[in-house]
Amino acid sequence: MKYALFPGCAAKGATPELYTSTMKVVGRLGLDIVELEAFNCCGAGVITEADPDLAYTLNARTLATAEKMGINNVMTICGTCQGILGGANKNLQEDDALRERINRALKDTTGLEYHGTVEVKHLQWILVKDFGVEELGKFITHPLNVSIAPFYGCYILRPSRATGFDDWENPTSLEKLIRAVGAYPVEYDGRTKCCGFPVLLEKDQIALSMVAQNVGEAKEKGSDAMVTPCPLCHMSLDIYQERAEDRLQQTRPDQTLGVPILHLPQLLGLAMGFSPKELGMKRHLVSPAPLIEKIQ
Amino acid sequence: MRVKITVQKFNPDVDQKAYPRDYFVEASRGMTLLSALLKIKAEIDGTLTFRASCRAAICGSCLMQVNGSQKLACKTPLKEELEHHGKIEVGPMANMPVIKDMVVKMDPFWEKIHAVNPFLMTKNGAEVPTEALKDIHEKLHNADGCIMCMACLSACTSYEVSRRFLGPAALAKAYRFQADPRDQAHVARLEALQGPDGIWDCVRCNFCVQVCPKDVRPMEQIVRLRRLSIEAGFSNSVEARHITEFTKVVGHEGRLNETLLPIYMTWGNIRKMIRIIPLGIKMFFHGKTPFPFKRVPGVDAVRAIFKHWEKAK
Repeated sequence: MKYALFPGCAAKGATPELYTSTMKVVGRLGLDIVELEAFNCCGAGVITEADPDLAYTLNARTLATAEKMGINNVMTICGTCQGILGGANKNLQEDDALRERINRALKDTTGLEYHGTVEVKHLQWILVKDFGVEELGKFITHPLNVSIAPFYGCYILRPSRATGFDDWENPTSLEKLIRAVGAYPVEYDGRTKCCGFPVLLEKDQIALSMVAQNVGEAKEKGSDAMVTPCPLCHMSLDIYQERAEDRLQQTRPDQTLGVPILHLPQLLGLAMGFSPKELGMKRHLVSPAPLIEKIQ
Repeated sequence: MRVKITVQKFNPDVDQKAYPRDYFVEASRGMTLLSALLKIKAEIDGTLTFRASCRAAICGSCLMQVNGSQKLACKTPLKEELEHHGKIEVGPMANMPVIKDMVVKMDPFWEKIHAVNPFLMTKNGAEVPTEALKDIHEKLHNADGCIMCMACLSACTSYEVSRRFLGPAALAKAYRFQADPRDQAHVARLEALQGPDGIWDCVRCNFCVQVCPKDVRPMEQIVRLRRLSIEAGFSNSVEARHITEFTKVVGHEGRLNETLLPIYMTWGNIRKMIRIIPLGIKMFFHGKTPFPFKRVPGVDAVRAIFKHWEKAK
């Protein structure tokens, strides 16, 4: 199966380690991938707040580009891109009037037209469904043998009418992948909650409370690291963890955090024998050293 | 089929804290959780306490936590729960003070609803036009479908960490009146929602959209309120600038640039800017501040799309 890779802004911007580690892992697995090099932002749910038609047209451009290349599977590596691009795709496929209106704008501006034949799938889903967890197991040379807390993020699960892969109440795909790399999934309430990223700059007290609560709970349950399929969750949980710890210590002075946050392909890459350096882990703000020490 | 239902029991007169109790019921075909609870109350344990009335997802009384999610018991088939979770665990809805078993205090919810003036307002006390309006249903985007079951507020991740947040139901209600052409307090309504606990506290986690039994999609109504706010001129806050500057950056660069956005968002707000600088420096040294103004392939097509919609509106 051929996939058109939609990297998303974060993997080409503030979390380049996501892009690097993805390319290492999909290369090793031999996935047939063509990168959408002229991709645009999916809007992240923000552009639609300003103008829904504009956001639809941007996403229709992505979908029409893949369609024109003769590829009907778009691969995302960001949970937010998956939710937004995948959700836009679903509405464009189901609502003929919407598709026609957006296509008029798309054709006028780019000459492209979207016919609704593309499916948008996150790498996480591709590995579980198309590639298969069993097949993935054959590439695991360094079973990790540590406890990993899955953190799904919002957009890969909700609203389920737009995503529809995992059961939103009781998702299992991240746990399957954690087991596939020889690690143990940690059970905790925070796994399907919000990381706070969308309000990090303007409402940092809300966002920090979320980071503190989710990372704190994962830590209490004995997690050696957390893994997420969304680079925005990664930024929130990694970059803001130190400040969240400060906040937590105002009420619980003994509580420390320091939980390394992994992008999904980094978790897979470690178990395939790539070095932390190859997977770009020096870019993390929370040091992954304790985890690396434990798996070596 | 014999089904085990585990209920979080709590009676403040005798219990220090909630504890689980298992009940076994003979489930008939298509049986809902509410029917099962009524059967337990009638045949096994008369002390089991919960709210319920219409049994048909109209009154919104029987909202409770079922296997970790907020659901109407009358709309929840036992079979579906067993298939999804392999068990049935029931307790009071999350994030609300418990009175007894599944009955929670509803005051925090009603206070928020009252706070948004959930009625049509006119200028100078003039009478509200009472005629039904044609096509109004479309304008309200189903925001009038709310049955006040509290599912959204108890599932709200922002409310979980910030109890002063007005929350999804009250804000969807505010939109319901904001969108009504008979209402004459549009700008005043929007102004009241700009405060620290209003529309900008939503993190867009989609939990409310997911759990609403009536497809009110409260988050989408909050997004509409944000759009209307910017259009009405409430556009210079850091929160509003998150939307306008994000859109501007993508319109110019083709993609989001995480170095530019915080600078543009906080421009002119020295206090906010000072707060983010230390983190920005740290991110710089970890290679997390992408270089801006780099021409990316495809940017001309993106700019053309932006121009098209700018002209159209």
